[in-house]
Amino acid sequence: MKRTCALIAAAVLVAGCGGGQTATTEPEEGGAPGKVTLEWWHLSTSDPLKTIYETRAKEYQAANPNITVKMTVLENEAYKAKLTTLTQSGKAPDVFATWGGGVLKQQVDAGLIKDISADVDLTNFTTASMAAYQFDGKTYALPTDIGMVGFWYNKKHFEKAGIAEPPTTWTGFLDAVKKLKAAGITPIALAGKEKWPGHYYWAYLAMRIAGLPALQQAGTDHDFTKPEFVQAGQQLKALVDLEPFQRGFLGAGYSTPDGQSASVANGKATMELMGQWAPTVQADSGEGLGEDLGFFPFPEVEGGKGAITEAFGGGGGMALGADAPKEALDFLKFLTSTENHTKAVESGAVLPVLKGVESAVKDENLKVVAESLASATGFQLYLDQAYPPAVGAEVNDSVAELFAGAKTPEQVAQDITEVAKSESE
Amino acid sequence: MTTVTRRPEAETLPAGPRRRRRRGRPRNRLTIALFVLPALALFLLLVVAPILVAGYASAFRWNGFGGLPTDFIGFGNFTRLFASDIFYTDLGNLLLLIVATLVIQLPFALGIAMLLHQRIRGRALYRLVFFAPYVLSEVITGVLFSLILSPENGIANQLLGPLGLESEWLSHPDSALWSIFVVMTWKYFGFHMMIYLAGRQNIPNELIEAAKIDGAAGWKIFRYVTLPLLGPTIRISVFLSVIYTIQLFDLVWILTEGGPAHASETLAVTMFTLGFERAQVGYASAISVVMFGLSLVFALAYQRLVMRRDLEGATTAMGGKR
Repeated sequence: MKRTCALIAAAVLVAGCGGGQTATTEPEEGGAPGKVTLEWWHLSTSDPLKTIYETRAKEYQAANPNITVKMTVLENEAYKAKLTTLTQSGKAPDVFATWGGGVLKQQVDAGLIKDISADVDLTNFTTASMAAYQFDGKTYALPTDIGMVGFWYNKKHFEKAGIAEPPTTWTGFLDAVKKLKAAGITPIALAGKEKWPGHYYWAYLAMRIAGLPALQQAGTDHDFTKPEFVQAGQQLKALVDLEPFQRGFLGAGYSTPDGQSASVANGKATMELMGQWAPTVQADSGEGLGEDLGFFPFPEVEGGKGAITEAFGGGGGMALGADAPKEALDFLKFLTSTENHTKAVESGAVLPVLKGVESAVKDENLKVVAESLASATGFQLYLDQAYPPAVGAEVNDSVAELFAGAKTPEQVAQDITEVAKSESE
Repeated sequence: MTTVTRRPEAETLPAGPRRRRRRGRPRNRLTIALFVLPALALFLLLVVAPILVAGYASAFRWNGFGGLPTDFIGFGNFTRLFASDIFYTDLGNLLLLIVATLVIQLPFALGIAMLLHQRIRGRALYRLVFFAPYVLSEVITGVLFSLILSPENGIANQLLGPLGLESEWLSHPDSALWSIFVVMTWKYFGFHMMIYLAGRQNIPNELIEAAKIDGAAGWKIFRYVTLPLLGPTIRISVFLSVIYTIQLFDLVWILTEGGPAHASETLAVTMFTLGFERAQVGYASAISVVMFGLSLVFALAYQRLVMRRDLEGATTAMGGKR
């Protein structure tokens, strides 16, 4: 019996891969509108967005009685795993949340995503918010959120350590870390177990040292061994060598009760490098800092080619499965309409992707994020989304090993290059 | 366990007549075929077919999308696997966990089982308590222990701190794998304890008494009477442990995701990350094939070399030869 289990375990992988292309049931053509069920997958498991989306689905069903919106809501990692399994079986939900970039591109290449270029009016969407969903001049998704990564910090801690202003240079940042340590405060919280929060550091350093064009070029020529990329690793190592992170950070999660977010929210650590959702998650996983929470952009590295005004981040969007009924497009337009987007922005859960909605941002810190984003001179999508999945995962993995002291900056550059090259063959 | 209990009666059955009867009349065979068919179909569909597909996929560079793979690379995935450091880390971790299980976990379970075989007050309660963790799902166990072993707020450090035995547990490359072993032991020693207890109860008391009359005592009785008679039980429990360790996934995934820096990664974790995070399904299939091979070789070799004696009775009684 146990041996059977062994066989099944070894075969589990394959279970996710079998099967071919199966179309979802098409609605009846012509005549009275047939009954249509829209499969809608998203990952907003926490309020306010969770409730907002539920309300949207109800409103839409009320206005279109022949349509049923069936929601599948999963947490981040579970969502990725379930979506990967489904797409590998040759299917996609009718409407589903995506981060765009390399992952979406792979799904587009597999013929799973509807090309909506001809059906949507993009004039109102900001350029930065659309970047992740357009390939070769075609549009494959509409954005619902856009933001950037930066340092969220505890103002009280800065005061206590005698740091007057948030640092704008890397040297200044390292000094601030030293001052915080000297004051007996843990400077930075990091979720080492989950890897993606760590890759923000390397990506930002690469942007600041090698410059945006170099990073984008590496995406096409698959060469991450340029000296600037190694330097990014060396600067990161300089930070790691200061031992600025909370105890046991290598095994810490992000939104767990003792994770990165909770450490900052409960005042145990001062800073975290995180995206626009950080305040929401902090309030959810810990006490929340309220007025004491501040935001500053990732500092400039002296002598580097990048500027402090260049932003790294991403948002979220909704794509349509290739076999989705035509009603799915209508639903997508409904979700991203100015009226509905404004409501979502007002709730503080997302940042504007539509021009003219900026004033709906209420929170002071989020205003700073929105303004930095609006005045950004360049934009880079998360590396683990911008590049193909294998390359993105290798960036996360290698950088995590740099944090653990198991890889040198040179090895990090080498290993990412190796995977990028082998993926492009 | 089943083999152990079945053996004595099986041996008493005469082999000859059964064998003849099994050949049976044609109508009988049809009935047999009809009864076997549904199970056989399921077995082929859910067990054999996936193995074949995994074997097939392992010869391709394939991201899992769209129909069948096309980019044939022969043994390319295997060459790549055998050249990767993570594969050897996985094998090293596997070996360490197996050795630790055999040297620490199973003897511990055996010791507890022998204690609980004695007439002691509340032994039913002890048995229940020690067996309880086995009933929990792996995921629940994992979540539970990630809270217990949290370096900052975990109860483990709060209890051990005053004794100077604090550890970063799952968060440090040096201690992660051992921490996982501790959790594994907590969850599974009760199961092995139960097997041993059952095996011990099958040993007739007369033998122990006879040994006592012959002047043996304590350790000697255990070493020369109990232990040899527990042989079949121990061999089965070793078998189950090793196969479990080769496939180990859930606990590790929940506790560490294989980290920090691959320190606690297992073959199954590598397979999962390659297949479902990196979309390298062909490469991941190659790992699953290696895992299958390891399990198969071990299972066959072990049954042939180690468990032969235990199985002989059962199989001859059924009229077949191995």
